[in-house]
Amino acid sequence: MRYVPSRSSLLMAPALAWLAALMVVPCALVLALAFFRRGIYGGIDYTFTLENFGQVFDPLYAGIFLNSARIAGTATLIAVVIGYAAAYAIAAAPRRWQPVFLFFAVLPFWSNYLIRTYAWIVLLNREGLITQLLRWVGYTGEPPSMLYTEGAVIAGLVYNYLPFVILACYAPLSRLNPELAEASRDLGASAMTTFRRVILPLTVPGIAAGAVFVFVLSIGNFVTPALLGGGRFQMIGNLVYDQFLTANDWPFGAALAMALIAIMLLVLMAQAIAANRASGRIAEAEGNANG
Amino acid sequence: MSEPRTLLAIDRVSKNFGRVTAVDGISLDIRENEFFALLGPSGCGKTTLLRMLAGFETPSDGRILLDGKDIARMPPNKRPVNLMFQSYALFPHMSVRANVSYGLEMERLPAKEIRARVDAILATTELVPFADRKPEQLSGGQKQRVALARALVKRPRLLLLDEPLGALDKKLRGAMQLELKRLQHEVGITFVIVTHDQEESLVMADRMAVLKDGKLLQCDTPHAVYEHPAERFVADFIGVMNFIPGKVSADGVVAANGARIAGKVPAALSSGAAAVASVRPERVRLFPSADTANRTTGTVEVLAYQGLDLQLHVRTPLSPKPFLVRVTADAADRRPVASGDQVELGWDAADVRIFAE
Repeated sequence: MRYVPSRSSLLMAPALAWLAALMVVPCALVLALAFFRRGIYGGIDYTFTLENFGQVFDPLYAGIFLNSARIAGTATLIAVVIGYAAAYAIAAAPRRWQPVFLFFAVLPFWSNYLIRTYAWIVLLNREGLITQLLRWVGYTGEPPSMLYTEGAVIAGLVYNYLPFVILACYAPLSRLNPELAEASRDLGASAMTTFRRVILPLTVPGIAAGAVFVFVLSIGNFVTPALLGGGRFQMIGNLVYDQFLTANDWPFGAALAMALIAIMLLVLMAQAIAANRASGRIAEAEGNANG
Repeated sequence: MSEPRTLLAIDRVSKNFGRVTAVDGISLDIRENEFFALLGPSGCGKTTLLRMLAGFETPSDGRILLDGKDIARMPPNKRPVNLMFQSYALFPHMSVRANVSYGLEMERLPAKEIRARVDAILATTELVPFADRKPEQLSGGQKQRVALARALVKRPRLLLLDEPLGALDKKLRGAMQLELKRLQHEVGITFVIVTHDQEESLVMADRMAVLKDGKLLQCDTPHAVYEHPAERFVADFIGVMNFIPGKVSADGVVAANGARIAGKVPAALSSGAAAVASVRPERVRLFPSADTANRTTGTVEVLAYQGLDLQLHVRTPLSPKPFLVRVTADAADRRPVASGDQVELGWDAADVRIFAE
């Protein structure tokens, strides 16, 4: 039978064209680039090689990958803890206030990412707001060095991506039938046990979705480590940036970028599989609320 | 028989939400091993009262004594009371067995004992074949039994059931009413059920309390509540009732058309006061004998055949609404009536209840 495009698939066409032109084609080009040699004076020497991928596993670069994963992982963990708590509080607030609290939680999103990151420089630098605050409460010692540390990078990442976690966790928390927690209490569980055995397992998909957002966006980030890490804590994003714009080694930069994309895809796939498995029981948890 | 022991004493309990009084000074005694129903229209405070018994709400005033000990401020997980939720609230990520075991795990009982008790209750509730299923794989009736098993396995002093049959279809509901009563007898636990379905409480309860606007109107056996309603509202809410508006006279009520309805006048009503005389449809006879105290004639408007009996709507001069009469199919066969027929109705003075208007 011949395939006849229906109206709904026509509606999808612009989005597909957009994806093809701005996502698939550039990615394919970068992938192709990774298989060539670097020209002696920069540029590209069009002879096939796998060297670039071998170089990715060089301890120096592998170390940067691990470092990025560690920083992104730490930021993810902190963002999930803070974000889940915030989402929990919002979901427990009176219904009519919830949209207001959510609005405030997401408000920083409406300002520019760079401006938000610069704001952290204002906060953290040696004569910044935090130091002034410490002086004001009577601290007289050396100003603490907070800017250009790994902590500053993590703080910046957590701050920027926290709203994702709040939104992702709020959705399942707000739809959870409150009688499930009451039933657990009624059956003799403490508030803590109720959280651990009922609320948490039923909201894990939200946590996973939020965590993946933060991790994927953090591990490839280069603005925050560049501005708040002062270039001392190189992450893959910075390395890729350097290869393309400073070292002029496009093929190696492309190989690094591909490795980064591969990591992100793996994380996303793992999350999709986990979410798929959990979707059944979540539907049930929400169905209960309407029962 | 000796007087049954009081298990739970609700002592002048009130609950306010802001300026709204949901429960207004209710006192009730619930006895050991009885099946007790809290009945009332939605918003009457019955669910709030139940939630106070479970520990999810704290009374604004009053005491709740379980075995003589005030539990009004005890958290829900410390009370020997379990609640079967209206939505069942089964844990969707746990199997039937895990759902039922949960409450015993919280008591930190040995694994062997938990297993034995869960097996026993699954057998009692006929859930053994479904033990490994998730709640989403169960029918409504099965879910209801899991919720019941999960609460019963804890062997609570008191089991609270919030509209337990509300989500089931009518036929299944009838079967489950009897099933619940059988189970209650078998496990020997005191049941307190909340319902808005008067028929349900008549069928199941040993005693029932009728609530309205946060107040207790009457607390007695279903038979007493049905035959001797304390107020007009109770008479109207429980079962079907014919009301004849009029004025109180020495030995009954004088209807608007001047007809005299004989019946016992409550002491609280003074002569001439606005009142209603009432009589149940099944107490009204067609073609009564000449010595029947109360008689009237009317025109049959509607005939509704209901299997066991026949319900007639008869237009009479006594009240603006048609009179409802229930005759057994047997009696209807002996002397058939048809729509449009003139009929004579009669009922005894002893079957008349008189209430203040």
